[in-house]
Amino acid sequence: MTVVPTDLAILAAPSARKRGTWAYMRRHPTIVIGAALLGLMALMAIFAPYLGTVDPQALSPIRRLRWPSAQYWFGTDMLGRDVYSRTLYGARISLTVGISVALLASGIGLVTGLVTGFSRWTDAVVMRIMDGLMSIPAILIAIALMALTRASLENVIFAITVADVPRVTRLVRGVVLTLRELPFVEAAHASGTGFVRILWRHILPNTLPPLLVQGTFVAASAMIVEAILSFLGAGTPPNIPSWGNIMAEGRSLFQVAYYIVLIPGAFLSITVLAINLLGDGLRDALDPRLARRM
Amino acid sequence: MFAYIIRRILATIPVMIVVALFVFSLLHLSPGDPAAIIAGDTATADDIARIRQTLGLDQPLYIQFATWVWALLHGDLGISIFTNLPVSKLIAQRIEPTITLTISTLIASVLVAIPMGVLAAWKAGSWIDRMVMVFAVLGFSVPVFVLAYLLIYVFAISTDLLPVQGFVTIGSGFWPFLSHIVMPTLALGMVFTALIARMTRASMLDVLAQDYIRTAQAKGLANDKVLIGHALKNAAVPIATIIGIGIASLISGVVVTETVFAIPGLGRLTVDAILRRDYPIIQGIILVFSAAYVLVNLLVDLSYTFLDPRIRY
Repeated sequence: MTVVPTDLAILAAPSARKRGTWAYMRRHPTIVIGAALLGLMALMAIFAPYLGTVDPQALSPIRRLRWPSAQYWFGTDMLGRDVYSRTLYGARISLTVGISVALLASGIGLVTGLVTGFSRWTDAVVMRIMDGLMSIPAILIAIALMALTRASLENVIFAITVADVPRVTRLVRGVVLTLRELPFVEAAHASGTGFVRILWRHILPNTLPPLLVQGTFVAASAMIVEAILSFLGAGTPPNIPSWGNIMAEGRSLFQVAYYIVLIPGAFLSITVLAINLLGDGLRDALDPRLARRM
Repeated sequence: MFAYIIRRILATIPVMIVVALFVFSLLHLSPGDPAAIIAGDTATADDIARIRQTLGLDQPLYIQFATWVWALLHGDLGISIFTNLPVSKLIAQRIEPTITLTISTLIASVLVAIPMGVLAAWKAGSWIDRMVMVFAVLGFSVPVFVLAYLLIYVFAISTDLLPVQGFVTIGSGFWPFLSHIVMPTLALGMVFTALIARMTRASMLDVLAQDYIRTAQAKGLANDKVLIGHALKNAAVPIATIIGIGIASLISGVVVTETVFAIPGLGRLTVDAILRRDYPIIQGIILVFSAAYVLVNLLVDLSYTFLDPRIRY
């Protein structure tokens, strides 16, 4: 968290920016740390097959419940599967869910936010629906949807997206309502700029920075919700090695082989931490006024 | 004032209608025949027909909704498919541990988070401030069940300080109760504490920059009087708001926490219901949790007038 102590630091910002990327990175170290950690996780997910892993699904009952060692870095589970391989492949699921939900929820939320921000009639109806949906805790929405559909990665992504859209909509709508009243939009309107052009050139670009920040937090919470759903048995199908599934499988054995639960748990926490740091940093960088407070 | 309270209470009605519509329509939004999905893979045509009839799925939608809401208003949440018992009865049986855990977490989190936030804002920029902010970021990042297992590992496996699992009612002795509730409370409260600490700090920083704070300090008031009497009092509204909103994180977390610590509450009921696809139970639980959330936020809104006498409606 960067805490800028005085107003002078804000005034000094333009000159700092001129000194280039390095100075910028020093001013926002959380972005760098977050992006680096996240990049590492992404590389790990992409190159999982080349990082000394074996088939994450390969059963080997003779070697079950081996503790972490030189041969099995993270040990083996109760079916003799290699926890190291499963954890690395699990990063693919978590990142896929996080990125997909963030993109889908931001896309849908952007459209509904823009529409409700401009149309009074839809605003009244859509926002009542969003208020209602927002009073159902996100995990319960996802659980309810998952309980009805077949367990699959696509359905998990869909269920978490539904739960996240109301918050994004509300954010975009708020930004649009503020922007609409600002002099530069009124000026554009007064000088005869068409509605579509105002929307495209003036409104849309200004909704993107807060949307980007919100998107990172949506990604982080989506990864947690996916893990929780899988952990509770309502998420990714058990034949896919997601972090939540690995933890769910290790649950009954926790007192004998706690590494099965704690290792994927640590990877999940680090990934979420990386995204949160990135999001905090982006928010500070995009809104220096807020940065001093939060 | 009275008119405002009435208006605010009435405003929860459309919200609850949307919640009810969502919960109701879930069965019909899903691809395929809901009765067949609930019945499972091994069901015969007779089973499916029986379930369809029990749930009233053979009637027109608006009639189904009307019957359902009418029953709901009479406290009838339907019949569990698996156990054949009324859902309201099942929920009533399981609600005590959930309420106990939620309230203990609420109290513990507020008691820890507010002093943390106040201290961080007072010593803004110091190492205390930084520690609080680091705690806040970590608190948001470590998922509740990961933290829960970490606590079990530290306090129940490595050392033998606390029991691994289970729940004891407060009626059967305070110490057994406390030793069982400590870890679930810590695990469940992490996100909530981080949330409140962060908002307290932000809100306090705003207030501490005000002229009246400088005046209070200049006239020689003691630090604690300025911080509590002047600053915290004026910073209270955003803190109350975030406590209300944060209840959602407690509700989500309680389902997971109860699973990890084998606490026989609503969370466990939810998980069992998911595994058995006992849909009336899931619907009932969503309704109860959402109603609780709406109610808490209603109370928070109404508390504004007491927290800040300047707010008049």
